[in-house]
Amino acid sequence: MKTFKIIVLAKQVPDTRNVGKDAMKADGTVNRAALPAIFNPEDLNALEQALRVKDQIPGATITVLTMGPARAADIIREGMFRGADDGILLTDRAFAGSDTLATSYAISRAIKKFGDVDLIVCGRQAIDGDTAQVGPQVAEKLNLPQVTYVEEIQSVNEQTIQLKRRLDNGVEIVKAPVPSVITVTGSAAPCRARNARLIMKFKHAKTVSERQEANEDYVSLFNERPYLNITEWTVNEVEVEAEQLGLSGSPTKVKKIENVVLQAKAAKKIEATDADINLLMKELIDSHTIG
Amino acid sequence: MNNVFVYIEIEDGAIANVSFELLTKGRSLADQLGCQLEAVVIGSKLEGIEAQIYPYGVDVVHVADDARLAPYTTLPHTSIIVNLFKAEKPQVALMGATPIGRDLGPRVSSALYSGLTADCTSLEIGSHEDKKANKIYENLLYQIRPAFGGNIIATIINPDCRPQMATVREGVMKSEIRSKTYKGKLKKIDVAKMVNDEDFVISIIERHIEQKKVNLGAAPVIVAGGYGMGSKENFAALFELADVLGGEVAASRAAVDAGFADHDRQVGQTGVTVRPKLYIACGISGQIQHRAGMEDSAQIIAINSDENAPINSIADYVIKGEVMDVIPKMIKYYKANSK
Repeated sequence: MKTFKIIVLAKQVPDTRNVGKDAMKADGTVNRAALPAIFNPEDLNALEQALRVKDQIPGATITVLTMGPARAADIIREGMFRGADDGILLTDRAFAGSDTLATSYAISRAIKKFGDVDLIVCGRQAIDGDTAQVGPQVAEKLNLPQVTYVEEIQSVNEQTIQLKRRLDNGVEIVKAPVPSVITVTGSAAPCRARNARLIMKFKHAKTVSERQEANEDYVSLFNERPYLNITEWTVNEVEVEAEQLGLSGSPTKVKKIENVVLQAKAAKKIEATDADINLLMKELIDSHTIG
Repeated sequence: MNNVFVYIEIEDGAIANVSFELLTKGRSLADQLGCQLEAVVIGSKLEGIEAQIYPYGVDVVHVADDARLAPYTTLPHTSIIVNLFKAEKPQVALMGATPIGRDLGPRVSSALYSGLTADCTSLEIGSHEDKKANKIYENLLYQIRPAFGGNIIATIINPDCRPQMATVREGVMKSEIRSKTYKGKLKKIDVAKMVNDEDFVISIIERHIEQKKVNLGAAPVIVAGGYGMGSKENFAALFELADVLGGEVAASRAAVDAGFADHDRQVGQTGVTVRPKLYIACGISGQIQHRAGMEDSAQIIAINSDENAPINSIADYVIKGEVMDVIPKMIKYYKANSK
């Protein structure tokens, strides 16, 4: 029987709860280096759904695929600590400045290179952009069906998968063929914790770039334990058309960025008198808040 | 050709509010661009639906009516939109930022290689100068949206690719009829030519869709009551104020648990999240679970007899007093000042 292969698409995202002044570059793109980086929350929900499939199908494998800078290898290790088998880091300067479409193109090319896959699972959206576009766009580029807003993978076999979708006003149970692309919402089960045994096993897992900084002992370690190799692909490893990558491959351009200045609110104190409430209602009407 | 298109979302045979809001915005964009407004409706049993759409100033309504097209599934709707857009070449295409629009939009944009901006809060027409290419673009769609957890507001443009696509959340834009007698044209889509059998590989086994009785998400003004309201009877005052201001009544969990209001009005972590233009918190102390569901409201008024209520720390206006005394005054002076 052939192996059931799952790819989990994950993104390392800046923790948008802590955006400082120096987080934006002059060209309007985000300076991710200036922010703490975390595993995108809904991608963790997606990983959990993949792990449940793996629990159910003997021999199933999970590969975490991410596109990002060198340090995005951190989330591949994080995935391994929770039960993923291996990971692929898609990293190249040529990918910088990609919008969702250019990102989806690059990811779809990496999946093509990966080869046969039975299920592609990712979070519905990432907290830095909240667009929810990459999942469906990857599906379209691979000519696979998509099921979005999935809360639970209810059952799966080699041909079909049954899913529960959580919509604004209810739920939907759908049956989709294998392979399909599934995007998982934050209302799905939280991801299981790291496993101590897996931390021990994978803590030295590294990409080729990371290994170049390691010493001789490590080299023998990676030869003895091939599972510690995190695959690293640049544009040279995936078949891509350069003009479809990065800024040139992005139909959308950022014209302008305005910072929202957050400050502690200084509430206006109003007495419950006729005169004060009259002034308040006038002010709300004049500012078009009401009326 | 090159018109503004709006995808009309259908739920249980009825047109979604967000679609009317987009038609209204689409009409004003079309006016500025000097082009026509067209709508696309895809579903089943749509006989006569165009009559509800024309009054928003719609010049052409495209209808794809086929039993297999409802309820919504991704692939057949994508095929129809993609084929239609290839033929009609819209310059702008708008969809609701709903589970349907956010499922369909990216798939369509990928197939057409056109830019899509999700969850826009504002759409404008403007120009753009590309200094590098020494090129000036006129009449672009400015797609304005918050990003980065609401820490920035970005203006996105698609200079070269068409259509310029955007999704907009329900309740963000106003819905307004252009003219009850507006004359548009009906164009029936030949569904069999647009879809193929592979588009139906996903089957819906079960659906539990509850009709929303209360639509808090779409209300521009929310008058919310807490445990401090004291009784279900006192909530009547909130309904009166909401009615006058064109808003909806919401409640905190404590008020719902006390039986003052129905569960579908609950705002907060275990209820609905709302971002109205104005949130009037009446007799609500403002526990963190409640604040999580409303703190993004544009303006917050807290009416409370307790000066130290946590809600006051996120309020723009704090009225110290008894709710049952303040609300009649608000109604009175709203009526006196509004034209």
